Amino acid sequence: MNTDWQAIRFTVNGVSCTVHAPPMKRLLDVLREDLHLTGTKEGCGEGECGSCSVRMNGDLVNSCLVPVLQAEGAEIQTVEGLSLDGELSVLQEAFLQHGGAQCGICTPGMLMAAAQLLTRTPHPTTAEIREALAGNLCRCTGFMGIFASVAAAAEAQAAAPAAETARHAR
Amino acid sequence: MIAPGGLDAVLELLAREPGAWTPIAGGTELMVAFAAGRLAAPKLVSLWNIPALRFIETGAGSAAIGAASTFLDLRAHAVLAAKLPLLVKAASWIGSIANQSRATLGGNLVNGSPAADSSPALLVYDAEVELISVRGRRRIPYAEFHTGYKRNALATDELLYAVHLPCRFTRHKQYIRKVGARRAMAVAKAALAATALLRDGVVGEIRLAAASVAPVPTRLYQAEAALAGRPITRQTVQAAREALLAEVRPIDDIRSTAEYRRRVTANLLEEFLLELRREGSRP
Amino acid sequence: MSSSATTRIVGAPVPRKEGADKLRGCARYVDDIAPEGAWHGLTVRSAIPRGIIRSIAFDPAIDWSQFAVVTAADIPGQNCIQLIVADQPCLAAGRVNHCEEAILLLAHPDKHKLREAAAGVRIDYDPLPPVFTIEESERQETIVWGEDNLLKSFLLEKGDVDSVWERAAHIVTGEYRTGAQEHLYIENQGMAAEYGAEGSVKVWGSMQCPYYVVRSLCRVFGLPEDKVRVIQTETGGAFGGKEDYPSVVGCHAALLAMKSGHPVKLIYDRMEDLASTTKRHPSRVRHRTALDRDGKLLAMEIDLATDGGAYSTLSSTVLSRATLHAPGPYLCPNVRVRARSWATNNVPYGAFRGFGAPQVIFAMERHMDEIAAALGFDPVELRRRNFLHHGDANATGQLMREPMILDQLLDRALKESGYYAKRTRFARENATSPIKRGMGMAAYYHGSGFTGSGEVYLNSLAGVDVTPNGKVRVLASNTEFGQGTNTILTQIAAEALGIGYEDVLMAAPDTGIVPNSGPTVASRTSMVVGRLIERASAGLVRLLREHAGLGERYTSAEFFLACERCRAVLGQVKSLCRYEPPPGISWDDETYHGAAYPAYAWAIQVAQVAVDTVTCSAEVEEFWAVQEVGRVIHPVLAAGQIEGGIAQGIGYALYEKVILENGRMANSQMTNYIMPTAEDVPPIHVYFEEIPYRYGGFGAKGLGELPHDGPAPAILNAIRDAAGVAINAIPLLPEELFAELVAHMPAGEPAAL
Repeated sequence: MNTDWQAIRFTVNGVSCTVHAPPMKRLLDVLREDLHLTGTKEGCGEGECGSCSVRMNGDLVNSCLVPVLQAEGAEIQTVEGLSLDGELSVLQEAFLQHGGAQCGICTPGMLMAAAQLLTRTPHPTTAEIREALAGNLCRCTGFMGIFASVAAAAEAQAAAPAAETARHAR
Repeated sequence: MIAPGGLDAVLELLAREPGAWTPIAGGTELMVAFAAGRLAAPKLVSLWNIPALRFIETGAGSAAIGAASTFLDLRAHAVLAAKLPLLVKAASWIGSIANQSRATLGGNLVNGSPAADSSPALLVYDAEVELISVRGRRRIPYAEFHTGYKRNALATDELLYAVHLPCRFTRHKQYIRKVGARRAMAVAKAALAATALLRDGVVGEIRLAAASVAPVPTRLYQAEAALAGRPITRQTVQAAREALLAEVRPIDDIRSTAEYRRRVTANLLEEFLLELRREGSRP
Repeated sequence: MSSSATTRIVGAPVPRKEGADKLRGCARYVDDIAPEGAWHGLTVRSAIPRGIIRSIAFDPAIDWSQFAVVTAADIPGQNCIQLIVADQPCLAAGRVNHCEEAILLLAHPDKHKLREAAAGVRIDYDPLPPVFTIEESERQETIVWGEDNLLKSFLLEKGDVDSVWERAAHIVTGEYRTGAQEHLYIENQGMAAEYGAEGSVKVWGSMQCPYYVVRSLCRVFGLPEDKVRVIQTETGGAFGGKEDYPSVVGCHAALLAMKSGHPVKLIYDRMEDLASTTKRHPSRVRHRTALDRDGKLLAMEIDLATDGGAYSTLSSTVLSRATLHAPGPYLCPNVRVRARSWATNNVPYGAFRGFGAPQVIFAMERHMDEIAAALGFDPVELRRRNFLHHGDANATGQLMREPMILDQLLDRALKESGYYAKRTRFARENATSPIKRGMGMAAYYHGSGFTGSGEVYLNSLAGVDVTPNGKVRVLASNTEFGQGTNTILTQIAAEALGIGYEDVLMAAPDTGIVPNSGPTVASRTSMVVGRLIERASAGLVRLLREHAGLGERYTSAEFFLACERCRAVLGQVKSLCRYEPPPGISWDDETYHGAAYPAYAWAIQVAQVAVDTVTCSAEVEEFWAVQEVGRVIHPVLAAGQIEGGIAQGIGYALYEKVILENGRMANSQMTNYIMPTAEDVPPIHVYFEEIPYRYGGFGAKGLGELPHDGPAPAILNAIRDAAGVAINAIPLLPEELFAELVAHMPAGEPAAL
């Protein structure tokens, strides 16, 4: 394995950064260890639980399965990029009100999957919500509170679309 | 790992040191192996962000899909959805959205799992695969790509370049179903894809393919032969079931049992045949 | 006495206390903290289920001077994890009794160096014959624990069972089995530790019960309690899996910190967590039941056995709760429950939501449907005919003194689910469909709080104080791990103090700060600790009236001004309360007679199931849960507990199988230990009926475990209704259903034509 450290550049939540890391270092570890963005969680390390979900160039990815070299030049959004100036986004607020978060460990990944869904499908059906979140395992809620949160966020977002779209695009 | 960034550079690397480099695309298989310390390959060459490998072209009678196209690319393509619905359905089975945004069609095939989600659809669509190296390109039937468990027809300097599919199945009755441990995030315990024509109650052209019943994804030629040219009756269904049971070789493993896989694959075939008899193929 | 009158904050859907931090991603779990100069730890584990450790050798190619290496010989105090019986070593010394038993610990500044080093530790064993099943253990041919393999036994008797069999109109027998279940909290086990040069230990991490960890640390390090400090970090799910096991991880991390001279983080990865930590006890329950002509219960004889694994952990208390819940919510004059927990060489089983009740309620409620079938009764009516009512005595002879509305819950469940109309429709449709649908139910109660005299022994202390910057702090060692402790307890304090929800915070879950209000287990937090906080808050108000002239009516601002006047007089503003049992409650540990629990939560669950005869798989299509849990403190959190418990119960019934091969979990990954995803959990309908309980926090009873007890029997009863197959074992995976449905038919034979 070529483990020579490399300088890798990308932006996280709109901020450009350069990390020096082995190319096979997981994006998850780069976010958590090099950039101290510990909101992104590790649950399984094999792409099954979705706790490490982030958005990369507008796609939802499991950051535990992304070698950081493949993030070169990418725009990455993590849970820390969802709220603006400390204020909860419509989606986060909906999770707070509708029981979308219990223990909170799946929550950052769940939020990213939900944000991805609402960006692509602003008015999702229940079936679409279920499919969009199927890669994010939650052991606390039985998913009901999460579905309700996402549906409520979609509704609230329809009422005030511009600000949210701008936020998700960051 | 290195990321040469262009197809030619990757091919030159593979030609220079044949067998030394393992291509990595979306990493959904190899990163798991890497993290678990199971990755034998000393050197990885990245195929991510190589536009020459990530394309979908659809013409009048065929489609070509670049090997580094992701399953989300496939799902988002309206023409594929219309002309090759089984493949697009299979794409939706891959893991989760986060997996589909990284996992590639080529990766699914080269990984060579007998349970690969995309394989049964490709087999019943008579797909061909195009392999590329500095020596040039060649096309072989996909049915000949897998040469054994986790082995394939790629030479040490070759890459899987594209999958070619004839788009001539719109009048066929098409069927695909996967049986997994749950509705999402599941490895197929069994899966069956089928395309067939029914004329005057008689089965015409028919293709059947299954996953997880043999060391490689498999066309079910014996079952096809038991049906071609025959009406769908209790007797032909029984004959087809028996032919299928005789030609599949599933195993007991941590995910299921051989007996379950055999019987359920036969049940899927029967379900398809009942649909075919009820609905026919399109005129 | 708690009031059921109008409340401002109790019963309102206030925002979860720590919710915003979790949603921003800034809540700090143990793996998110990076102590200055911390090393990383790894555990080297047994490769065999049972044997003598012959030798431990270290690969000379590795520079071991760079590592901290801890073995049992490094333990300064006693080599045991302090739970009920101190039979489990902290680190195996001389012999191992299960696969993955911790033998040796390593630490290094670079966590990536650890795996290779672990592979460089060669442990040789002289294997001993292992025991893996209840049947092998109870045969007592190979003794693997104590003198007889028996970890614990109980006998519960009411009336005279043996006098009934001859005169019974019907006798129905059945055997029921449940498998192990993994908690699958999404945050793996993990702890960080510091060892002070002056001989003190500080541990922080993911846990339910900080004071349990304190007790084990004291024992392992030979330290007094004041030298040991345990702090819970944000905890990403627990479900009982972080009741007992964190004591192991905490001791290990602290030993490594002592040996290395650095703080140490010991974070399990998923495979390690699945393979080596506790799971739900597998069980075998045999029922023999006598009934009269009218379907009234005459006698129940229940033989209960659990697999406890290699060490006793909490097997005795799990068995106790199982014993007490085994006869269900039914009136029966003659009952005998004989219960035994057997040692094996499996990884020790431990606490898991429900704590023995899901196992025995599965058996009881499946058995009720088999009785109904044998007698030709409607399963609903059979249950209704035998329900306990107000004034009846249950199996331990406890008079049901509180109001009971089981019939009302049943009526509601039948109505909301459309039970009878659906059964009729499905019976018609099933005849011609490859999908067979059915309805099934389960009726049960779940005791709130510790069993019997447990709460008296715990002697919990909790309360509130006021900080100089104008916030009330709830002082309790009860922890938040998703279920809502922070929110519920601060709601109760704010309500009782007459101030705003935002005026009240939880004190840090740090044994250096909060008193021991008992463990966060056994559906006790809202009822028992909630009541303590309510009483302590009332005490604080009295104090402020007495010493600071607080008026009858006051604003938050006036309240905090009074607090400062009080502080000036007394030096602090604090009120603590100790547990007092409700009056008239008595329990006899010897005879297992009396009031096992001060209060019970009651539930009826109904499952609608579809069995696909093509794939031989069963799916839950819809689920209804009607329950009486006393006062609901927070409607959204309460519903979330019910929904989450049901989803976990659905997993228990149909998806989650721990595959053991020679005592080792063969499917120790999330890709092959299958929990239901967002696409698998059906719509769940939750209904509460509220009867405030006088001795619970603002009328609350226990709630957290209740929902997990019912799904498995309701689902398998629905499968019986759908497909006519009586299946008495869970998990019921398609491969097993296949065996029941079609294995006797020739495979070549068309199924449906």
